[in-house]
Amino acid sequence: MNSLQTILILAVAFLAVFAEATVPVVRYWLGAQVDLLPVLMVYAALNTEIITVSLLAVLGGLWFDALSANPLGVSILPLFFVGSLICVRNDLILRDLAFARLVLGTVASGLVPVLTVLLLLTAGKQPLLGWGSIWQWLVMTAGGAAATPLVFALFDWGYRALGYQPRTETSFRPDREIRRGRL
Amino acid sequence: MFRKRQYFALGAVALLALLIFSLPPRVTGHLKLAIGSLFLPLFGLANTTQQLPADLADSVLPRRELLQQIDRLRRTNEMFQVQAVQLAAVARENDQLHALLGWQQQAPWKLKLANVVTRDPANWWRTVQIDLGSRDGIRENQPVLTAEGLVGRVDSVGYTRSQVVLIGDPKCKISALVDNPAHDTGIISARDPVDLSLVDFTYLSGHASLKPGQNVFTSGLGGVFPKGIPIGQVLDSRPVELGLYTEARVKLFIDLGALEQVWVVLNPQLGP
Repeated sequence: MNSLQTILILAVAFLAVFAEATVPVVRYWLGAQVDLLPVLMVYAALNTEIITVSLLAVLGGLWFDALSANPLGVSILPLFFVGSLICVRNDLILRDLAFARLVLGTVASGLVPVLTVLLLLTAGKQPLLGWGSIWQWLVMTAGGAAATPLVFALFDWGYRALGYQPRTETSFRPDREIRRGRL
Repeated sequence: MFRKRQYFALGAVALLALLIFSLPPRVTGHLKLAIGSLFLPLFGLANTTQQLPADLADSVLPRRELLQQIDRLRRTNEMFQVQAVQLAAVARENDQLHALLGWQQQAPWKLKLANVVTRDPANWWRTVQIDLGSRDGIRENQPVLTAEGLVGRVDSVGYTRSQVVLIGDPKCKISALVDNPAHDTGIISARDPVDLSLVDFTYLSGHASLKPGQNVFTSGLGGVFPKGIPIGQVLDSRPVELGLYTEARVKLFIDLGALEQVWVVLNPQLGP
């Protein structure tokens, strides 16, 4: 496992949670805030191991709940559920295909809020729900889908900028060398 | 399918989540504030970034304009001082009348200005965090308002920050009355998660005579919100449950989406 990947993912998750709590532009115009943690979870599940997925679920969930009126820890399980599901099957997913990423980003962005609300209702809390919640769910799902390619592009750029470049293979092969004699 | 490491991760995360769930609310409240304090450097950075354009604008503002503004403010201040003298006389007279009738005397509100630092990132709550905490004298259930009207109440208090539940959140129910001859009383409660400007006004009497445009104020019942804080205006009303009671939609005076600074009432029980 590459620790740079884990650190970058956690740092982006921290900044994403802060941005969601302090930049209400999307909420002002569309009536709902887009959550970037499910998208990050898709990226982590496709490109890293279960430890990074677990760390993102625990820390991301705790950071989110700390700035929210959610009971502490309620966001951990939905994030981990989605992440571990993808992580277990990531060898069967065409992770380099943009469409596959988009579908996973959409499903994760739609599934995580639903699971969180179900957990809240199970815990006896009364979240603010109504017909408008369907619109909010659509905005969250569509927003997550739109953010998925951006998140993948951001991390690709980050690794190119901060990581080691892969060593390029030389075209020289000793077995194909033409040895010239004196004549 | 599952490898050993994945089983271990699954168990560890599930155990941790269960452990956090099972903690008493007081402990999770403190934990929340401790985790939230990790964001403090970012709050400082964001404040500085927001302040920078204002500082730049201040440095290029012409001196003549500043003098004109000072002059305008001085006149407004004088006008308010005259009004304050007049109001003080009215308050004295009011106190004397209260004393004659044996009514409890009212003390002026002690207010503290707070900045809104974050909004709830979850779409199913309506809360904000303010930059005042227990070190500033903030306590749970203190009313929060602006010059336009009621904002909500303080829900949980940390040392430097507090969480405020806004009108329209399921945790913020307010006893309110209509400014009409009958003074119809009901409960302001949550309505729609998308439209921040509308709330439901429920449990009004079946004979309530509501008209669109009538103002709604806090009733003072319930022991949290002092009487007479403006809330909003009646938009429309309809009988529900076969006319047993009336329900109305109220348009709030304040724009909850644009809150930047709010006032916390430190002595709500002594208010008007």
